[in-house]
Amino acid sequence: MDIDKNMKILVVDDFATMRKVIKNLLKQIGFENITEAEDGTSALRTLKSQEIDFVISDWNMPNMSGIELLKAVRADDDLKSVPFLMVTAEALKENVVIAVKAGVNNYVVKPFTAEVLSEKIEKIFEKL
Amino acid sequence: MDVRFINPFLEGTVSVLKTMAFVEPRPGKPYLKKDALAKGDVSGIIGLTGAASGSMALSFSKGCILKIVSNMLGEDIKEINSDIRDAVGEITNMVSGVARQKLEALGLNLTAAIPTVVAGKDHTITHVMGGPSIVIPFETDTGPLVVDICIGEPKK
Repeated sequence: MDIDKNMKILVVDDFATMRKVIKNLLKQIGFENITEAEDGTSALRTLKSQEIDFVISDWNMPNMSGIELLKAVRADDDLKSVPFLMVTAEALKENVVIAVKAGVNNYVVKPFTAEVLSEKIEKIFEKL
Repeated sequence: MDVRFINPFLEGTVSVLKTMAFVEPRPGKPYLKKDALAKGDVSGIIGLTGAASGSMALSFSKGCILKIVSNMLGEDIKEINSDIRDAVGEITNMVSGVARQKLEALGLNLTAAIPTVVAGKDHTITHVMGGPSIVIPFETDTGPLVVDICIGEPKK
């Protein structure tokens, strides 16, 4: 499946800088239609009020973590098929298992380059 | 201090700065530091618990961190502002993540706390274990940075 470079991407991270970094990397690989949220709670609000095609979310966040957001998305009939990429500083095996069980489409460990991000996104959309 | 803790943090620092900021830090000779004075203009510090307890700090000179964050964000930053502080916290987090992944392979599982960031001339770094700490100095094209680690003996 070809990736729509105009798809609307929601970047979720509690660190404003990290959101900027991810947006910067996404722009390098051709994605410009990006919106942001600072935690799972505000991400869920955005998902319910806007058409979001793809979610890139950090794991560790206050209020609602990335894994809680993923579970909430998968439990919602309107949102459950939205592709979800988890970003984390934790490469621990048990975390990968938890994310896969919760229905994550792919997983990227910080730090990562634009090339790695691009590969992860391609893998997700190949499988859809 | 168990020397097995040194390399993972050294490698983590190089990996994070190379990957996220295209800056290649060159490590110098590690030394023992007895006071709490930070070596840089802005520092991130993170507590570690688990197989051993302690803390790790990254302390950046102004020139070094301005270049790193400018590269990370794709914009030119000239002063130590909230973006810089935020990025130092995130870099500290990432370095600890890479190091902990390498330590897990050695059977040393550590959990990290939330990093704190301190800026200003002559600020101090207070390690959880008191000190002394081991400092790994690095040079970059725009100024030095140091990794400052103080971790207790692994629990038997």
